[in-house]
Amino acid sequence: MVEKAAKKTKTPRVAMPEQDPQIRARNFLEVPTGYTMKMAQEEASRCLQCRKPSCVAGCPVGVDIPGFIDLIAQGDMTGAIRNLWGKNALPAVCGRVCPQESQCEGLCIVGRKGEPVAVGNLERFCADYERENGTGELPPRGPLTGKKVAVVGAGPSGLTVAGDLIVKGHDVTIYEAFHKPGGVLVYGIPEFRLPKAIVAQEVNFLERQGVKVECNAVVGRTVSIDELFEQDYDAVYVGVGAGLPRFMNIPGENYVGILSANEYLTRANLMKAYKYPDVDTPIPIGKNVVVLGAGNVAMDSARTAMRLGAESVKIVYRRSREEMPARNAEIHHAEEEGIELFLLTNPTKYIGNEKGRLTGMECLRMELGEPDDSGRRRPVAIEGSEFEVDCDLCIVAVGSGANPLLTSETPDMELNRWGNVVTNEATGKTTKKGVWAGGDIVTGAATVILAMGAGREAADSIHDYLELGW
Amino acid sequence: MFKIVKREEMSEGTVILNEIEAPLIAQKALPGQFVILKANEDGERIPLTMADTDPEKGTVTIIYMVVGKSTALFKELQVGDSFQDVIGPLGKATHLEKVGKVICVGGGTGVAVLHPITRGLKDAGNDVTCIIGARNKDLLIIEEQMKAASHDLRVCTDDGSYGHHGFVTEVMKEILDEGDTKLVVAIGPVPMMKAVSNITKEYDVETLVSLNPIMVDGTGMCGGCRVTIGGETKFACVDGPEFDGHKVDYDELMLRLNAYREEEQKSHDHYCTIRDAK
Repeated sequence: MVEKAAKKTKTPRVAMPEQDPQIRARNFLEVPTGYTMKMAQEEASRCLQCRKPSCVAGCPVGVDIPGFIDLIAQGDMTGAIRNLWGKNALPAVCGRVCPQESQCEGLCIVGRKGEPVAVGNLERFCADYERENGTGELPPRGPLTGKKVAVVGAGPSGLTVAGDLIVKGHDVTIYEAFHKPGGVLVYGIPEFRLPKAIVAQEVNFLERQGVKVECNAVVGRTVSIDELFEQDYDAVYVGVGAGLPRFMNIPGENYVGILSANEYLTRANLMKAYKYPDVDTPIPIGKNVVVLGAGNVAMDSARTAMRLGAESVKIVYRRSREEMPARNAEIHHAEEEGIELFLLTNPTKYIGNEKGRLTGMECLRMELGEPDDSGRRRPVAIEGSEFEVDCDLCIVAVGSGANPLLTSETPDMELNRWGNVVTNEATGKTTKKGVWAGGDIVTGAATVILAMGAGREAADSIHDYLELGW
Repeated sequence: MFKIVKREEMSEGTVILNEIEAPLIAQKALPGQFVILKANEDGERIPLTMADTDPEKGTVTIIYMVVGKSTALFKELQVGDSFQDVIGPLGKATHLEKVGKVICVGGGTGVAVLHPITRGLKDAGNDVTCIIGARNKDLLIIEEQMKAASHDLRVCTDDGSYGHHGFVTEVMKEILDEGDTKLVVAIGPVPMMKAVSNITKEYDVETLVSLNPIMVDGTGMCGGCRVTIGGETKFACVDGPEFDGHKVDYDELMLRLNAYREEEQKSHDHYCTIRDAK
């Protein structure tokens, strides 16, 4: 056994084939092109099938990782997808966008001495295989309960709640403010990282199981939560996301050419403005682009700008590389595509012309001082280090706050001082009877999988409430 | 899908009225609120403040000027055709209360937006004088409705072809000189709202304007509709669309409204070429 494990540790991980950086930097096709069956089985055979799998403990939705990987190794693809669906309603999405390196793969025993098993790549393969070659057979649904649940927001947490509750036999309707379901999966994450056809397919999978999706329904405006209860809903789940862009609050921020990442990415992704003028929504094409911030959203914005034809794209971030919140893989992809990192740099004001258009930005060089509240070393400005950066497009990707549209119309649902919904951590229950919440509106901007984990817990709690009354 | 049940062309075909089936919105909408419309799958999301609603019939009415590709596409839609998406009601409703003597000033398609607000102010017990303007008589819209919605309607045309020969601001000034005006509501092209606000500031009369900047989602998510109000940035979609006219940075708003002018022109030309070839 020990010998076998040692051998598996030494076997290199099967690399995911990718589009060449030079080529992909100018197209919107997905960057990694996916495993073949042979590659997947080879990678699956690297799994040690640990009896106490630590990888599972690292998964916010508790996917039976050794279980589905073993089924792939055996070539039982129907069994593998069934196993995945048991814990994860959106495997094609998670296989692509989860930060596996800090979750399942980060805890993989094989990874202690060598490279961890590529759990994400295998999850993705499994979901893609089912979509392309599967039987299309639905998972079994429990006996109908006659209970009605409204899910507010068709993003990752709402879709998870809907998927969990529909198989338990409840009647589920999702209310979505945009004209398309998917939330951040359709408006935020770009096509080259998560093809929209895949999101549509995942939503369609839920619809085939009986989930109803009402788009163009802005809960808080078109209908209130109390009105949903008047329409005989027994429970409501609020998963509306963060949805309030933060800006820098420095002079000149309203010049034309400065957009929040939310706006830029929504234009590019949801409205498909990268196909303009074949579609009707325009998007500014920058020649010299600056992206402020260094999270995954900043990387997505920078890589989109490059694909839209920018001559230069710079990520401007006030801390150092170590503190960049984006996944390493995303930073690596961005750099490969020619995106420059301007680290320890802080913008102090925007510069514009007489037409009110952005022409540049004044920045200060920073150095790292003592650790701050977040435990990261605080960036301190170096006096007299001002310099100018030419730019005609700036995308502000410095995070999102809590959008008050729904919460301000629901006064009996308690909020914290940042406007996030207060919930019981284990159950997702809010202070309003019959209402649960989860995802970014509770935690502040986080990841797709954490929102899904919160959805899973809330769905369990909603099920108990509907069946047992608590 | 949101079906068009009534359609009218006004202002020599440059302004279109659509009454659209949207029962959920019609039940909820209040004066001053807007909807976002999208014609088809590849369409743009266009915000328009409602000109009227009929909760019983379940319809909302919009009146828009044909200015670019998206509105040209809207114009193609006939009775029985549908908008793929209509979202709303969005934005804050107008605060309607009895204050006394009120002047409502409208220009262009802003008159349509002004209509439910004028009626609401009249219903709240105010003494409402309405002033509407256009370049010439043929470009005037919904005169009859505005007459019914107010106590006194004054009409202005730039060329003198009808009513007062001159700008709405001139007539407004005359009324302001009579004294007692407590509130002015001005909705129309940005230069008109700016001119009205500059005058009412001198008279120290509270002034409301309704802004229609570029926006995408209409729910506070994108921040594209940023406007500067009294030195502070606000989102017109959720903090407005109505603001204190004396605090709006109109010059910035005008520059921001032109953000996509070149792209829009290209898109419109492209569209017309294809349409005319057919």
